[in-house]
Amino acid sequence: MISSLLPPLLGGALIGLSASLLLLANGRVAGISGVVGSLLAPVRGDVAWRVLFLAGLLTGGLLLAWLRPGSFPAPTSLSAGGALLLVGAGLLVGFGSRLGNGCTSGHGVCGISRGSARSIAATLTFMATGVLTVFLIRHVL
Amino acid sequence: MRSNISAFLSGLLFAIGLGISGMTDPANVLGFLDLAGDWDYRLAFVMGGAIAVHAALRPFIHKRERPLFAATFPSFSASGVDRRLLVGAGLFGVGWGLGGYCPGPALASLATGATQLLVFVPAMFAGMALAQVPRARRSASAGTPVPGASPTP
Repeated sequence: MISSLLPPLLGGALIGLSASLLLLANGRVAGISGVVGSLLAPVRGDVAWRVLFLAGLLTGGLLLAWLRPGSFPAPTSLSAGGALLLVGAGLLVGFGSRLGNGCTSGHGVCGISRGSARSIAATLTFMATGVLTVFLIRHVL
Repeated sequence: MRSNISAFLSGLLFAIGLGISGMTDPANVLGFLDLAGDWDYRLAFVMGGAIAVHAALRPFIHKRERPLFAATFPSFSASGVDRRLLVGAGLFGVGWGLGGYCPGPALASLATGATQLLVFVPAMFAGMALAQVPRARRSASAGTPVPGASPTP
């Protein structure tokens, strides 16, 4: 019981530490959709740190794949329907996170840590629609 | 230069945290969102742990006049909860529930080269670009900077 809660807690603590480091060193909010999404409309002088953060994220993924391959699901083949679903999911995640100015990290972690009413409202909203979506897919359709 | 190193380290730490916490496996995420099924409550502790650490460290960070390698701390507009925020978050949640990926884990998982991510990540960027087009246009006509350049959220 406790041992199964340790990895999520420890991983979460590292995410909190990462957000704190970015705030302390760079004066930036570690909201992934904001950090990365702004690269699509780059502003002079505001690009390098974003690219480097993304490079760190990708490098971290490489390290995980090497040292802790169980972090990722076992490879499976992707059906045409599955691919279509993922395209829809990606479009919604990308569009929604930019429209709503944040995702799980920006609103869910950084915003709630700050006590932002906007972030609390956003987090409750995306949790609710996420739960509803999974409910419809798994228990209704 | 140092600000780039710290940004890199922050990204690296973020990815390791996602991996250890189980966020990089969509099955865990969907299990967490499946309240009516065999609910996997563990991921609540990811957000809990992250908030606890960040909320505890923030006051100490803000005791400084400025960040280590930057001129200012982020400032947040006092704008309240509006329709745009709720619609955006709502759509984001639907996508999250469909695929089990949010932006951080999706990007950190790219390293595996799994077809799933090669489909999801480009679609995610396309969605981001779509959301930014009207904003960039509005800003250009109004002569104000693109909101994406300001601290988000």
